[in-house]
Amino acid sequence: MAIITMREAISQALWEEMERDPKVFILGEEVGVWGGTYAVTKGFLDHFGPERVRDAPISEAAIIGAAIGSALNGLRPVAELMTINFAFVAMDHIVNEAAKLHYMFNGQFHLPLVIRAPGGGGRQLAATHSQTPDVIFAHFPGLKVVAPGTPEDAKGLLKSAIRSEDPVLYIENATIYQQRGEVPEGEYTTPIGKSKVQREGKDVTLVTYSKMVSYSMQAAAQLEKEGIEVEIVDLRTLRPLDMGPVIESFKKTNRAVIAEEGWKTFGVGAEIAARIYEEAFDYVDAPVRRVAQKEAPLPYNRRLEQLALPQVEDIINAVREVLK
Amino acid sequence: MANTVEMPKLGFDMAEGKLVKWVKGENENIEKGEVLAEIETDKATVEVESPFGGIVAKHLVEENTVLPVGSPIAVITIEGEVINLEEFIKKEAAAKEAPIESTEPQAKTEVPKKEISEKPLTPGILRASPLAKRIAQEKGINLATISGSGPGERIVKRDLEKVQASEEKPVPQPVAKPESSAHRAGGKDEVIEASRLRIAIGKRMLESHQSIPYFTLTHNYNAEALINLRKEMNEGMADEVKISVNDFFIRAAALALVHFPNLNASITGNQIIRHGDINIGVAVSVENGLLTIVVKNADQKSLSRVSMEMKEMTTAVRDGKVRNDDIEGSTFTISNLGMFEVEEFTAIINPPEAAILAISSAIQVPVVNNGILMVGWRVKATLSADHRITDGVEAARFMQQLALYLEQPWRLL
Repeated sequence: MAIITMREAISQALWEEMERDPKVFILGEEVGVWGGTYAVTKGFLDHFGPERVRDAPISEAAIIGAAIGSALNGLRPVAELMTINFAFVAMDHIVNEAAKLHYMFNGQFHLPLVIRAPGGGGRQLAATHSQTPDVIFAHFPGLKVVAPGTPEDAKGLLKSAIRSEDPVLYIENATIYQQRGEVPEGEYTTPIGKSKVQREGKDVTLVTYSKMVSYSMQAAAQLEKEGIEVEIVDLRTLRPLDMGPVIESFKKTNRAVIAEEGWKTFGVGAEIAARIYEEAFDYVDAPVRRVAQKEAPLPYNRRLEQLALPQVEDIINAVREVLK
Repeated sequence: MANTVEMPKLGFDMAEGKLVKWVKGENENIEKGEVLAEIETDKATVEVESPFGGIVAKHLVEENTVLPVGSPIAVITIEGEVINLEEFIKKEAAAKEAPIESTEPQAKTEVPKKEISEKPLTPGILRASPLAKRIAQEKGINLATISGSGPGERIVKRDLEKVQASEEKPVPQPVAKPESSAHRAGGKDEVIEASRLRIAIGKRMLESHQSIPYFTLTHNYNAEALINLRKEMNEGMADEVKISVNDFFIRAAALALVHFPNLNASITGNQIIRHGDINIGVAVSVENGLLTIVVKNADQKSLSRVSMEMKEMTTAVRDGKVRNDDIEGSTFTISNLGMFEVEEFTAIINPPEAAILAISSAIQVPVVNNGILMVGWRVKATLSADHRITDGVEAARFMQQLALYLEQPWRLL
């Protein structure tokens, strides 16, 4: 097993898929000459050439629109949005075209499109560039939404996304590109729509995804010292949502905390909690608790920003509360 | 700041209460809304919740002491606070002395309204997690006998595990019947101290019987349609949601009372108070006596809602979990002995109400229909009414109105 960063994992997946299938190509702002805003596609232009690594104008609508058009014509585009916050500019293309074409044309067309979009707060980019709007996209049937939290899943899921016949929004969290983790040697893919138990425990189920996976791991390590065994279920995919491992874990622990970086209201936690109550009501031993971002546009000030974002300590406290 | 907790007033006619048990000991931590003590009122044993959070610094009275409403019973301090108890109590007493007789104790309660609404959980409701409820059902454990260790004393899985661990041997069995009285030692009288509830019932009934000039009248209702409708409604339904004959009577009486405000009334001196709400009290037998549980605004509730509330309240009072709200505020009372093969009986008015309806068993009797002898279902009900408020004709018309609902029971749906 090699230990690599999230950035390397994503980069490797792209590279390997482009080597494997000549129909795969990249387009986005600064993906070519500059090598990607987060250096994910460094060296790609030299190796694959300007036809397959295309720098786009600063128009997200044009990027997604062109990607949809090329996908309908048989290519496999990987469109990169500089940040997920810019997806709002391309919202019509994403939710009204990408998510619906296959359905509205009665399956005549496939849309093998991947949209890569880094999001998340914590880098002092202020309110408009620091959002974690994952749930907005997960709301729409027709769009797959994945958001890995470990390098292994980042690589495996991106490869699956590129091979998928359906449009996939692949959400990265920009603060964890440097996070390291073990990745299997050689070729592998990770299935979309499968949650995974990242850590086993018997006392409480901690449901999470993306950046909060590593926070949850840190919280679990601290809680272990108090004798609390936390089971961490990483959703990995928000749509289609796989509740199987969550419910299975909950039936064992009877208590759950959900940790997400986005806002609590109408968030991932709301959905997961509701499903737990729907599917495992008779196993509920305490009200489910949610850890999420404070209900305000994210502040620019470093301290305030960190105060607004969910922290490891918040997860620890929520676990203690739910175990009362 | 230190605060005193007082003997609460739990009913409009409650003058004193007996502190039967301290739930929180001295020097124990207590949260606002947590149970501090149990008191016995005229009607039931009720849990007293602390209006303050902090530490129980001092019990001011011993267990089994009877105290007037408003008397201080305990001092709650905040953590780290040191007070001179004697001085504090004196000061508190002095501050209260003046208004104690003149003002309604409820008006001077120290708890601001806001805090009441912030009370974490409704007292009296059995708090248990869904998992705990399921386990209890599977293992045949009565949750009412367990104290919860979760937030707000919620019963959670670990509490049941503890019970099971301590009960390992005895397999849950149907409760053994007490030995038959045939073994009773002959000839010896047994003297029993009457419970407060028994005394309260006695006082109230004597007062009613001696001071209310009442008359009774009996109506024989055709229960054919009601019996059939009830059977159809309950077919295939779980026991928990089955409608009882009594539920029909509650709803029917409430709807009939809409047209007879004098029977939904009270009298004080020369004034008759026609009540704005129709709250039907139902006498429920409990250990050592009976309690009246109250279906509020029964005229505005569906039959199934009435039935559900009745079941919930009956279970609660029989388990000793009495919410004051469940036993106060009735404006008309029903007493039903239908399940005991009673052909006819009269009930004593529950003062200060104007009337009470006594319901007997629905039975199959020979009836004459268009000159032909047939078998039919009949149920007798007897109204006792206060002649100071109403007269025979009005009462008879009320019973006729009741027939409209009972004999054409779909009007109740």
